[in-house]
Amino acid sequence: MAADSYDDVAKNKESIPELEVAPQDLYHAKSFWTKYIFCQDAKVIGIQYALTAAAIGMVGLVSSWLMRMQIAFPGVIPMDAAAYYQLVTMHGMIMVVYLLTALFLGGFGNFLIPLMVGARDMVFPYVNMVSYWVFFIAVLILGASYFVPGGPTGAGWTLYPPQAITSGTPGGDGLGIVLMLVSLAVFVIGFTMGGLNYVITILQARTRGMTLMRMPLTIWGILTATVLALFAFPALFVAGIMMTLDNMLGTSFFMPAIVQFGERLTYDGGSPILFQHLFWFFGHPEVYIVALPAFGIVSDLISVHARKNIFGYRMMVWAIVIIGALSFIVWAHHMYVAGMNPWFGFFFATTTLIIAVPTAIKVYNWVLTLWRGNIKLTIPMLFSIAFIITFVNGGLTGLFLGNVAVDVPLSDTYFVVAHFHMVMGIAPVLVILGSIYHWFPLITGRFLNERLGRIHFWVTFIGSYSIYFPMHYLGFMGVTRRYFEVFEGDNFTYSITGINQFITVAALITGAAQFLFFYNIIVSSKFGKKAGKNPWKACSLEWQTPDVPPTHGNFGKELPVVYRWPYDFSVPGADEDYITQDTPPSAVANAKAEQT
Amino acid sequence: MEESNQNVKVVIPEKKSFSKEWASDQKAFKGVPWGKAMMWIFLVSDTFVFSIFLISYMTVRFSTKSEWPNPSEVFGLHVGHYNVPLLLIAIMTFILITSSGTMALAVKYGYEKNRKMCGYLMLATAVFGASFVGMQAFEWTKLIMEGVRPWENPFGAPQFGSIFFMITGFHGTHVTIGVIFLVIMTRKVFRGDFDTGKRGFFTSQKSNYEAIEIMGLYWHFVDLVWVFIFAFFYLW
Ligand code: HEM
Ligand SMILES: [Cu+2]
Repeated sequence: MAADSYDDVAKNKESIPELEVAPQDLYHAKSFWTKYIFCQDAKVIGIQYALTAAAIGMVGLVSSWLMRMQIAFPGVIPMDAAAYYQLVTMHGMIMVVYLLTALFLGGFGNFLIPLMVGARDMVFPYVNMVSYWVFFIAVLILGASYFVPGGPTGAGWTLYPPQAITSGTPGGDGLGIVLMLVSLAVFVIGFTMGGLNYVITILQARTRGMTLMRMPLTIWGILTATVLALFAFPALFVAGIMMTLDNMLGTSFFMPAIVQFGERLTYDGGSPILFQHLFWFFGHPEVYIVALPAFGIVSDLISVHARKNIFGYRMMVWAIVIIGALSFIVWAHHMYVAGMNPWFGFFFATTTLIIAVPTAIKVYNWVLTLWRGNIKLTIPMLFSIAFIITFVNGGLTGLFLGNVAVDVPLSDTYFVVAHFHMVMGIAPVLVILGSIYHWFPLITGRFLNERLGRIHFWVTFIGSYSIYFPMHYLGFMGVTRRYFEVFEGDNFTYSITGINQFITVAALITGAAQFLFFYNIIVSSKFGKKAGKNPWKACSLEWQTPDVPPTHGNFGKELPVVYRWPYDFSVPGADEDYITQDTPPSAVANAKAEQT
Repeated sequence: MEESNQNVKVVIPEKKSFSKEWASDQKAFKGVPWGKAMMWIFLVSDTFVFSIFLISYMTVRFSTKSEWPNPSEVFGLHVGHYNVPLLLIAIMTFILITSSGTMALAVKYGYEKNRKMCGYLMLATAVFGASFVGMQAFEWTKLIMEGVRPWENPFGAPQFGSIFFMITGFHGTHVTIGVIFLVIMTRKVFRGDFDTGKRGFFTSQKSNYEAIEIMGLYWHFVDLVWVFIFAFFYLW
């Protein structure tokens, strides 16, 4: 569209804003190394991020299999309690930080931001490239902890001191915990480099006509999440430094006077609660760092595949921003049982419940977008609907946990595990999977295999529901999380064992389905059905590039000019059921678009 | 960086109301170059880092059971017969704030394309910064000789030493990084890179005097942080 509409542009000269961003001075790779390895093209960096995250994510996935085997069929895979705790810890940390955060912001962020806002690349391609390699080093450091004496840390992904750095905990007196903390600090440094790029590209390098309120919600989600990350990761960074010092130098930031195996340690007068505050000041925004890009992306998927404009665009934007802001003042709802002042609990319960309001608005708007839409049950759409269902489920349990009185008995049970896997485990992963089916034709020029995709979807959706839904019940029964062995009969009813076995079988099948998905990706990138240009008939800019897949510089000779928002689907009077963002008004003179 | 293509006319629109300007197309901050916007946002993020350091310091100061040492005594210097409290710290603070002045002047001369003055002032800033780090090293040495360690000290609460080394160390690292960049930039100024638009070795982007202003933002920030450390750690 862009290239041949320039005469129209000339005719409508008054409607085109003047150029404010000078053309970018692109870096052109000269050798194999700078082209594919130390590449400065955001699209390649995005794919590098995604592949690295997926690779370490597989370690997380296999850890979860092993854990489930131990819970349901103890003895089949021999392991001791220490190994179990190491699996729990590495699974949690890998999934939250190294998979989801890196994939959404590093992967999708890099690939989509320049394309969707109409830029040729990120604003600082060199820094962006360094960002990926620093992330890569962080992953290597994390991986190295598997090979040091004592193995990786088994402190739980929350890494609470004192136990995280005492010798009873696996990795606590060895290098395990140190490597974990160092890896996190390195991750934060790498992320900051990338994050500054994402924010500045979105704020300062959009193409002509791309106002903030014409950006796809994907971009809004990624922007807000990145800002959250830039302000929340410092807490993790500093806490990591202080805990490393406690461990290596014997300072007492987090360590009170403590007796271990009858021997008084040298620590004295530190504050373990301080760590919890710092961790959750990072940790709660972190859950929205994962959730907000998912919110944004799913809005776009729903709109495209239901051929309908997104319901309440402005509301959606503000909901994202408000959720982001509120997420900084709810962190202590993770600490209701930590012995806080009750007034604190009151305050944090209130803010926590308030955050449900913008969240609910978003859910209503997704459903209202589907309402009387021309719903195409494509695989991305299936994943999006599945996302809404799981997210509502998890959000509702969040409301239970947000109330202090309800949370106290439920805290540290499987109910919490069910809650956060519903909202943060499955829901965003469903969006990731759906969006890979959606954008794969843009990345490779080919579709993913449809039949394998449908099998993958149904197994994943039903499978993950089978895994996590029964966990609510386990939680009500009082089954504690992070227990190496669950003793039926003594403390729990006999149904516990059966449920646990059911969950484990479901987990094995669901996990295996992901390997089917990887297979699909590998095979389809070579032999998949050719997709051609804009196969989903989407309006946003990433599909309007002259070459598919987009080449270095994204938009060929001229950057596109944007005339409308990205949701002009089924506009009355238009020839097609969609009008791309770069279609000038004169080209669709009869269309009656409501919003531009 | 973005002023790369001199042939294209880039128009910076007139000021509109705050919300209109924010929501308009292309740029949220009109006329603000990419590098400067990035530095600002980085500094906000870094503010979080230092705030959390300081808040953690206050928390452990309350949680520790031993007495908190009196900083004016610990950080005093003997001059003749007198024990002058915080003498060295006062000098360090003075030097750092002075360096902010020279930095600001360097930015001014940079934009006036006065290469010489700009370069000398940058150099002065770097020297001030280096002497700050030097005095900090002296202070560290003095305290270490007196038996202060990250895990214990003869004056009272063990957290005193750990906080001291951690926060001043982290700030000192910031200053050191600043000095290194100041030196590199000084060299570039004298070589005339900013006038000729020579491409950066790593980034392959054209050099521009804006870089000095961005450097200045960082430097002023590091000074400002020091003021807070001074107020909360040394004076309290
Ligand atoms: C309506 C919104 C939500 C509310 C009211 C809510 C409330 C809570 C509360 C009170 C807890 C602490 C439970 C306990 O430890 O006893 C919790 C845990 C958790 N929530 Fe949520 N939540 C909400 C949404 C989300 C979202 C959107 C995500 C992620 C995308 C999320 C991820 C988590 C995680 C990861 C944990 C557990 C952390 C851990 O202890 O290991 N929550 N939630
Ligand atoms: Cu939370």
